[in-house]
Amino acid sequence: MTAITDERILHSSPLRRLLGRPELGSVVGAAAVFLFFALAADSFLKTASLSTVLYASSTIGIMAVPVALLMIGGEFDLSAGVMVTSSALVSSMFSYQMTANVWVGVAVSLLVTLAVGAFNGFMITRTKLPSFIVTLGTFLMLTGMNLGFTKLISGTVSTKTIADMEGFPTARDVFASTLTLGGVDFKITILWWFALVALASWILLRTRAGNWIFAVGGNEDAARAVGVPVTRTKIGLYMGVAFGAWIAGQHLLFSYDVVQSGEGVGNELIYIIAAVIGGCLITGGYGSAVGSAVGAFLFGMTSKGIVFAEWNPDWFKFFLGAMLLLATLLNVWVRKRAEATK
Amino acid sequence: MARFWTGFRTWTGIAVAGALCASLAGCSSTGGKRAEDARKAAAAQGKAAVNTPRWTFAMITHSGDGDTFWDIVQSGAEQAAVKDNINFLYSHDDEAQQQAQLVDAAVDKKVDGIIVTLAKPDAMKAAVARAVEAGIPVVTVNSGSAESREFGALTHIGQDETIAGQAVGEELNRRGKKKALCILHEQGNVGHEQRCAGLKETFDGTVQNLYVTGTNMPDVQSAVEARLQSDSSVDAVVTLGAPYADTAVKAKESAGSDAEIDTFDLNAKVAAGLKDGTLGFAVDQQPYLQGYEAVDLLWLYKYNADVLGGGKPVLTGPQIITKDQAGALAEYTERGTR
Repeated sequence: MTAITDERILHSSPLRRLLGRPELGSVVGAAAVFLFFALAADSFLKTASLSTVLYASSTIGIMAVPVALLMIGGEFDLSAGVMVTSSALVSSMFSYQMTANVWVGVAVSLLVTLAVGAFNGFMITRTKLPSFIVTLGTFLMLTGMNLGFTKLISGTVSTKTIADMEGFPTARDVFASTLTLGGVDFKITILWWFALVALASWILLRTRAGNWIFAVGGNEDAARAVGVPVTRTKIGLYMGVAFGAWIAGQHLLFSYDVVQSGEGVGNELIYIIAAVIGGCLITGGYGSAVGSAVGAFLFGMTSKGIVFAEWNPDWFKFFLGAMLLLATLLNVWVRKRAEATK
Repeated sequence: MARFWTGFRTWTGIAVAGALCASLAGCSSTGGKRAEDARKAAAAQGKAAVNTPRWTFAMITHSGDGDTFWDIVQSGAEQAAVKDNINFLYSHDDEAQQQAQLVDAAVDKKVDGIIVTLAKPDAMKAAVARAVEAGIPVVTVNSGSAESREFGALTHIGQDETIAGQAVGEELNRRGKKKALCILHEQGNVGHEQRCAGLKETFDGTVQNLYVTGTNMPDVQSAVEARLQSDSSVDAVVTLGAPYADTAVKAKESAGSDAEIDTFDLNAKVAAGLKDGTLGFAVDQQPYLQGYEAVDLLWLYKYNADVLGGGKPVLTGPQIITKDQAGALAEYTERGTR
């Protein structure tokens, strides 16, 4: 018996497979930036500094993972930034006003945040409006509700402290504790971040749902034609973003135990930037979870590296913009090369 | 060839303009860059006055990008840094989490002193504690007088926002005002809320708060205008930042109201406005002093273990500035130090 060769099965060399990975461009970029700051700032390579950089990256990365998945599914979420603040506010105020165990507030916050995500997904699949418009509406509404409700319930613009309430210490352990490894302090958000990246990668590459996400983002009508549950997939993706917002929000709350109601505005773009630097296409259907993590790491390195290098922080946004363009150009170039050699 | 000629024309144009300028035919004899350079020459000259080791101090504030007030604080701090032979690092972020991370980065760098604002004290608590633990002296400035000592800082330098608000209320009583409008340009800023609350406490008339979007000047103007149009009994408008005073004046004019515009903080425009009577008074907290003293106090602590304030905040305000003092301050505001 000779093996039947099928021309549809393409055997590609490992190198070519590597070149086809969405995150390759960002990895090259991250290595370059890392090397650059290692040379430019003498305190950058200290373990304590790297822990600070990783922490900064994780606070963005936790959100960049579900945002990347959503972008692979071909949609945007502009409400992701303020949703983090909303989730922290709900948690804190519910616990305080009901004088409930803090964990009750955390659970309620999860339900509320997931409901906001479901609302986003439902509106987009039902109304067929572009996600840009729908989530812009949600973004503005949440921003207003954050301030309005906080002022109405607490009487001030920030929440009251819940640090002396039952359940707070355990919740703090879960969401905002510091682990000491070899004499260096690492924030637990780094673990959350890695866990989310692993989970998202598994979903994307090893499950049916992952195939649906790629299909929905690649060509929605074709996906629907072959029986992919488009509506369910999109609503699920938005709820994924909400879940990330919940984790990030609880971290905010339990590391500072008071939440400022006006914060979070503008962060949604940072999450999108991290995903795009990591190789996600704005048009959907292409990208990876690992890439979003590399993108977030690049962001963390730049924002803190500028401080370690003792530069004028006025230029931070300029570097960020330049980096975004360069990384994206590199991505496109690498992808073209990879496709040309197939 | 054509390209050469257009290039040639441009350069000739520039040369001719230069020649005209040189003959002072087309140049302004007032203001502009030349006047600024002359002012700079008259300003304090930067040279270290001490021979202590070159310490590094980091200042981390909650300022947004491009904030005029923080520019003055920074220039005060830089002036003191030059004099005290200090390597001065400045960074800022208006998101609490980011600001805390910047403090962490300064601790990682093992700087010799940290100056930090506690606008969002709970968010900064852990980061400041980490600095104190690492043996780095910390001075808090501008906001956080209540928490400074508890967090382990040496001293707090700034203005108590409630006291400042009360001072404004008293000044308005002196001026016989009956109905004041407090313009908050940053929803979510605790200090701003305290200012308006302090004003309410001491003012005998009624106070109404008006929230505006500070990052959008036309929006500020139209909101104030609308309120003045709908309520002609308002006879005093209090803005919480110098840039907004001028906007409030414009709003008042187009609304045809005769309310008096008063403001927190100073800038060149406000000083001019006080001088020509378009503004009633300003409450200054002397930002230059906040930056300057913070660096100087850290230097004194490092050099001589001196601590100022006896465990109480050192206040830099409120200082009520009216028409009488505005003239003298005008040149300082032009220089960017008041």
